[in-house]
Amino acid sequence: MATATVPTAERENYLNKEYGIKSWLLTTDHKRIALLYLILITFFFFIGGFFALLIRLELLTPAGDLVQADTYNKLFTMHGQVMVFFFLIPAVPAVLGNFLVPMMIGAKDLAFPRINLLSWYLLVIGGVLMMYTILTGGVDTGWTFYTPLSTQFLNTHVVAAALAIFVAGFSSILTGLNFIVTIHRMRAPGMTWSRLPLFVWANYATAIIQVLGTPVLAISLMLVALERIFGLAIFDPQRGGDPLLFQHLFWFYSHPAVYIMILPGMGVVSEIVTCFSRKRIFGYKFMALAVIAIAVLGFLVWAHHMFVAGMSLYAGMMFSLLSYFVAVPSAIKVFNWTSTMYKGSISYNTPMLYAFGFIGLFTMGGLTGLFVAALGIDVHVTDTYFVVAHFHYIMVGGMVIAYLAGIHFWWPKISGRMYPESWGKLAALIIFIGFNLTFFPQFVLGYLGMPRRYWQYSPEFQVLNVLSTAGATILAVGYILPMVYLLWSMRYGKIADENPWNAAGLEWKTASPPPTFNFDETPTVTWEAYNYDELKEAPVER
Amino acid sequence: MSDRAPVIATHSPALRHHFSNMEQQMEASVMGMWVFLITEIMFFGGMFCGYMVYRHQYYSAWVAGSQKMDFWWGTLNTIVLLCSSLTMALGVRAAQLGRRKSVVIFLLITILFGLGFLGIKGIEYHSHWTEHQFPGLNWAWPDANGNLVALFFSFYWAMTGFHALHMVIGVGLVAFIAYHAWQGRYSAEYYNPVETVGLYWHFVDIVWIYLYPLLYLISHKHISG
Repeated sequence: MATATVPTAERENYLNKEYGIKSWLLTTDHKRIALLYLILITFFFFIGGFFALLIRLELLTPAGDLVQADTYNKLFTMHGQVMVFFFLIPAVPAVLGNFLVPMMIGAKDLAFPRINLLSWYLLVIGGVLMMYTILTGGVDTGWTFYTPLSTQFLNTHVVAAALAIFVAGFSSILTGLNFIVTIHRMRAPGMTWSRLPLFVWANYATAIIQVLGTPVLAISLMLVALERIFGLAIFDPQRGGDPLLFQHLFWFYSHPAVYIMILPGMGVVSEIVTCFSRKRIFGYKFMALAVIAIAVLGFLVWAHHMFVAGMSLYAGMMFSLLSYFVAVPSAIKVFNWTSTMYKGSISYNTPMLYAFGFIGLFTMGGLTGLFVAALGIDVHVTDTYFVVAHFHYIMVGGMVIAYLAGIHFWWPKISGRMYPESWGKLAALIIFIGFNLTFFPQFVLGYLGMPRRYWQYSPEFQVLNVLSTAGATILAVGYILPMVYLLWSMRYGKIADENPWNAAGLEWKTASPPPTFNFDETPTVTWEAYNYDELKEAPVER
Repeated sequence: MSDRAPVIATHSPALRHHFSNMEQQMEASVMGMWVFLITEIMFFGGMFCGYMVYRHQYYSAWVAGSQKMDFWWGTLNTIVLLCSSLTMALGVRAAQLGRRKSVVIFLLITILFGLGFLGIKGIEYHSHWTEHQFPGLNWAWPDANGNLVALFFSFYWAMTGFHALHMVIGVGLVAFIAYHAWQGRYSAEYYNPVETVGLYWHFVDIVWIYLYPLLYLISHKHISG
C-alpha cells in the first residue's frame, strides 16, 4: 500500500480534469454527479431549515402572533416535503453513495452513468416544481397529502407539489436501480458479497426500498392529482371512495421511506466506528443481514401510522407486533457498534464524535419508536409533539448527523483537503447540544398533550417551547459552521494524502481526489472487509 | 476486471468504458430493465390493490360497470397486443442473429400493432365519453348506484389510461431502436437496447393481460340482482 504523500493536487483527478460549467452539467462521472447532488440538496436543506426556523419562531409564544394559521400550515407542510424528499432521501445515497459505492466495490463508475445524471436532473426538475409551489403561495396538506383534505378542501398548489414529489421520486428510483445493478454486476474481482463494506450493504438495502416503495407513492400521488384535475372518484368518500385506502397506499411507501432516511446513515456509522476504533466490525454478517432485515420488515409495518384512523383493532395489533420486530435488527446494529468499540483504541476525531452522537440519538429515537408502536400509548401521544420529537431523533439526530459524519470522514477523499479538525469538533458539539435542546423538550411537551400542527398553544407549554426554539437557534449555528469551514478548506485546508485516516476500504487505496476512473488499475481484493487487525499498528493521522 | 480481461481481445466500439466486457454490459442492462419493471409492477400494483378493495366492497357496482365494457373491442385489442409481442420477440431474435433488415421490419410491424391498439382504445374511450361515463368531467348514470359505478369507471380510466401512456412511450422507444437498427448500430454482439425495449414491451403487454379479464371478462355475463 503506497502511503507516499505526493502533493496530489498536482496529478490529474476528477476535479481538475476538465473545467467549465458544461463539463459539470453534462458529466457522467459519478463523483461529479455526487457533488452536483451535494450542492442541490444543501440548497434545499437551507430552504427547509428556513421554514423550520419560522415554525420555531411562531412557537416562541403561545399566541399565534407571527403568522396566520393558514401560513403556519404551509410552513410545516413545506418544511416536511422539502426536508424529506429534497434533502433526507437523497442525502446519503445520492451524495455519499454516489461518490463511494463504485469506489468501494472497485468499479470505474455506476452501471448506468447517464441514468445517474438523468436522476440528478429529475431532482432538479422536481426541485423547480417545488420552488414554484413555494413561491406562488405554497401548499398546506401536511407532507402526507391525506385525502379528502388534499383532494377536496384545499385551493393551494397541491398538484404542483404532488408533481414535484412524483418527479423527485423517480430520481430516487433511478438511483436505487443504478445501485442494485452496480452492486450485483460491477464488483471487482475478489469483492465477494461477504467482503462488501457495510456502507455498500446499507445502500443496497436502501435501494431495495427505493425501488419497491417509491412507485407506490408515485401512483398514490398521481391518483390524488387525477382526482383533483378530472374529478375521478378514487378516494372520494361521497362516491364510496375510501380515504383510508390513500393512507394505506401512502404509508406503504412512506414507512419504508423512513428507513431510506436511516439505513444509509447506519452504513456511514459502521465505516467510521471501525476506523476510529481500529477494530474489525463486530458481527459483520449480522450487521449486513440486519440492514436487509430492516428493509424487509419496513414493508410490513406501515399501518402503525394509522392506529387512530379507524382501522380494525385486530389489524392494529398485528401491525403493532410487527413494528416491534424492527427493534431486533436495530438493536443488533447498536449493540454491534458498541461491541466494536469495546477494547478498541478509539480516537476522537470529528467523524467519530458524530458517530457517537448518532448511536445515542438513534437509540433514543428507536426506543421512543417502541412507545408509539404500542397501541395504547400511541392513542395517547398520536399527533402530539412526542411523535414529532421521536421522528426528528431518527431523521435529524440519526440521518443528518450521520450525513455530516460521512461528509467529514470522506471530505479528504472528495476534496483532497483536510477540514480543520478543531472547528469540526466544535461544530459537532454545538449540533449535539442544539439538537437535544430543540427536540428533548418536545418529548415532554407531547407527553403533556401538546398537539402538533397548531400555531397556538396553551400558555403552560411556553417554557419548554422557548427552550426548543433556543435549541433550534443553536442548531442553526451548528449547521452553518461546517458549510463555512468546509468551503474554506477546499482552498486553504491541509492537503490530504490518499488515506489520511489509515482506513480499510478500497476508496482509500486510490488518490485523493481520485482520478476519473477511480483506480489506475482495477483492484483485486484478497482481504476481508475491515481488516484493521492487519492495519493495527499504524496510528490514525491527524 | 483482470480475470475476465483476456475475453476482449478485440475491443468492441459499443463497449462503454466502465464495463470490462460485452457480457458484463449486457447483463447489467438487462438486469437494469428487470429492476425497472419491478418498479412498474409496484406502480400498477397500487391501482390493482385499490381495484380489489373496492370490487370486494361494491360488488354490484363493479358488475354494472363491467357490463358497460365493450367485450369485442377489448378482445380484439388483446389479440392485437399479443401479436405485437410476437413480432417484438421475433425482432429481438433477429437482432441476436444480427439480421438488420428483419429487425427493422419486425419492429415496424410491432409499432403498427401498438398504434392499432391505441386506435381501438381511442374508439372505446370515445364511446365511453359520449355515453357520459367519465366521472367528474362528464358523468351521468341512470340509477341510484351511479356514485359507486363512478368509482369503477375512475379505476377504468386511471388503469387503462396509465397503460395507454405506457404504450405511447413503448411505441416511441420501439421507433427509436428501429431507427438505430436501420442505421446499423446493432449487431449480434451488441443489441442490448433491442433486448431491453423488448422486455419493456412484453411487460406492458402483461399489464393488459391482467386488465382485460379484470375489466372486461369477470362480470361480463353476470346478471346482477
